[in-house]
Amino acid sequence: MATASELLPYKQIREDLFRPLSSVSRSYVLVAILALAIGASGFVAWSYQLRRGMGVTGLQRPVYWGVYIVDFVFWIGISHAGTLISAILRLTDAAWRKPITRAAEAITVFALMIGGMFPIIHLGRAWLFYWLIPYPSSRLLWPNFRSPLLWDLTAIMTYVTGSVIYLYLPLIPDMAQLAEHNTPWRRALYRTLSLGWTGSDREWHALERAMKLMAGIILAVAVSVHTVVAWDFAMAVAPMWHSTIFGPYFVVGAIFSGIAALLLAISVLRKVLHLEAYLTRHHFNNLAKLLLLMSLLWLYFTIAENLTVWYGNEPKEMAVFGARTRARYAPYFWIMVLLNFVVPFVLLGIRRLRTIRTATIASVCVVVGMWLERYVIVVPTLANPRLPAASGLYTPTWVEIAITAATFAAMAMLYMIFAKLFPIIAVWEFKPHPQEED
Amino acid sequence: MEHRWGMAIDLDRCTGCEACVVACHAENNLPISSPEQGAKGRTAHWIRIDRYYEGEFPDVKVKYMPVLCQQCDDAPCEPVCPVYATYHNPEGLNVQVYNRCVGTFYCANNCPYTVRYFNWFAPEWPEPLQLQHNPDVAVRMAGVMEKCTFCIQRIKRGKQDAAQDGRPLADGEVQPACVQSCPAEAMVFGDLNDPQSKVSRLAQNGRATRLLEELGTKPKVFYLQKVK
Repeated sequence: MATASELLPYKQIREDLFRPLSSVSRSYVLVAILALAIGASGFVAWSYQLRRGMGVTGLQRPVYWGVYIVDFVFWIGISHAGTLISAILRLTDAAWRKPITRAAEAITVFALMIGGMFPIIHLGRAWLFYWLIPYPSSRLLWPNFRSPLLWDLTAIMTYVTGSVIYLYLPLIPDMAQLAEHNTPWRRALYRTLSLGWTGSDREWHALERAMKLMAGIILAVAVSVHTVVAWDFAMAVAPMWHSTIFGPYFVVGAIFSGIAALLLAISVLRKVLHLEAYLTRHHFNNLAKLLLLMSLLWLYFTIAENLTVWYGNEPKEMAVFGARTRARYAPYFWIMVLLNFVVPFVLLGIRRLRTIRTATIASVCVVVGMWLERYVIVVPTLANPRLPAASGLYTPTWVEIAITAATFAAMAMLYMIFAKLFPIIAVWEFKPHPQEED
Repeated sequence: MEHRWGMAIDLDRCTGCEACVVACHAENNLPISSPEQGAKGRTAHWIRIDRYYEGEFPDVKVKYMPVLCQQCDDAPCEPVCPVYATYHNPEGLNVQVYNRCVGTFYCANNCPYTVRYFNWFAPEWPEPLQLQHNPDVAVRMAGVMEKCTFCIQRIKRGKQDAAQDGRPLADGEVQPACVQSCPAEAMVFGDLNDPQSKVSRLAQNGRATRLLEELGTKPKVFYLQKVK
C-alpha cells in the first residue's frame, strides 16, 4: 500500500529530510543544555558513588539489586524497539515501515549503550569490570562461564555489535548522497563513512542482501538477549524469580516497551521536525495496533505468572506475592496493571479513540508501566528472602535517582545529535528505482 | 579429601546471648557500623541470631537461631559468580577470594540463607578498636562481598601445629571463634569425614535437621532441636 509520503516527488522528500541537518534552532540548544545539565548531575552522582562506596545507594541486605538493575532491564527492553520492529517489518516487506525503521534502529543502539552501562555502575568495584571479559590476562583466570552474568555480557556485546551494523548498513546510501554537496567537514565525514558507495547495481544488491541477512540475525539475537537478561533472575533460587516463563515474559515485555518508545519518538520527531507528511496517522494506527497486541500478550504472561503462584500457595512464594499485590509494593503493582493494560486497552482498543494523540499518551503510560514492572519483579523478591528474619526494605536514594534521570537525558542527547548528523528517515527508501541515480 | 568441616548447633541449648556474634567480630576484623547505617540494615555479622516468636502476647516464646554461612556442598552462590571470587575449596568450604570480587552482588541474591555481607564503605573502627585487629585475617576493602569462613585461619593454624608435631589433628582442636565463645556449649565444630568426631555423631542425632534442606544445597551446618 502506498503511503502519502510515497506520492511526494523525490526531490521534495530529499529536501524535507535533509533540511533538519543543516540548521540548529533555539529550542534545540535549550533542550540540549537541559539534557547536558541533567546528564552532568548523573556523572557527579556516579563519581560520588565511586569515591564513597555503594553505601550511598539505598541498597542494603537483603535487597542487593535495586534501581540500577531495574534501569538495566528497562533500557535493554527499550532497545528492542528498533531491531525487532524494523527487522520483522523488513523481513515481511511491509511497505509502511519505511519512514520509521531508522528512528527505531537508532533507539536500539542508544538504549543498548545506556543499558549496558548499568551493570558497570552497579558493580561494587566498577573499575574492575573488565575482569568479566574473557581474555588471557595476568590474573591467569578465565571468567566463570557458568555465571548468567557472563552470558549477559556475551549477549549484550553481540547485540550492540549487531545493531550498530544493522543501523549502519541502511545509512550508507544516504551518507553517499549527503557527501555530494556539503560543508567540508561534513563532506569528509560522510565520504569516509559511506565507504566509497557509488550506487552501482552490484552495490545495491549486496546491500539488500546484507540488510536481509542482518535482519534475520538481529531477530534471533534480540530474542536471546532478553531471554538471557531474564535468566539473570530465573536462574536464581529466589522465590518468584525462579520461573520458567521468565524468558518469553521478558521478551514480550521488552518488545512491548520498545514499541511504546518508538511511538513516543516518532510522535516527538513528527512535531519537532514537521514530518507530518511522512509520519502519518497510518503509521501511528499500525504501531498502536501492535502496541495493543503486545499489551494483551503482556497481560496474559502476567496472569500466567501470578495465578500459578497464588494457586500453588507455597509460603515463600506467597510472601513475595503478598508484598507485590497487597502490601508495600501493591501501589507499584496496580499502577503497573493500570498503565500497561487498562490505559492502552481503552485508548487503543476502541477504534474511535485511537488517534495520534492517544497513541502517544498510551506509549508514555506503557514506558512508565514497564519501568514499574521491572521494579515489581526485582525488589519484592529480594526484600522477602526465604528466612523471614532476614527481610529488609529498600528505598532508592538521590544518587540512584540522579543517575536514572541522567540516562533519560543521555538518550535525548544522543538522539538529538544523531538527528543532526543523519536523516532520521531513510531517504533512499523513497526512491522510485534505487538503481538509477537521479 | 582429608577433612570435611561441619558444625552442629543445639538450638535447645542456645540462649541467644550473642557471645558468638561478638567473638566473630573480634576474630574476623568485622567493621563496626554506625547507628545510622545499622538502622538501614547495613550491619555485617558473619553469624547472626535470628529471632522467631511463637504465641500471642503476653504468652510469647522466643526461639533463637544462630545463622552463619552453611558452607553448602551444592552452594547456590558459587556458580553465579562471574569472576570465581566464591569457589569450593578442597575441604568443602565456600571460600570468598576478596581480591577477585568485583561486587556484582549476585552471590548474595542467590544465597537462600542471606548470610553474605557487603562492604558498603571502606571499613571503619572507632578508636581504639583498630588496635585489636587480628593479624591473621585480611581487612576487606569497600565494594567486596564477605561472609563466614568457618575461621579458616584457625583451621590452617591447627593443621600447621599438628603437622609440626607430626600427629593427626585431634577432634575439637580447631574451634572457630563462635564455637569457642559459646557459654551454653551449644555449638560444636569438627570433621565430618571422621565418623568418631563429636560433630559427626551429633549430625546423626535424631534431633538434627539442616536449614532449607529441601533446596538441595546440602548445607554442612546441622541444627539440633526437639521437633514437637
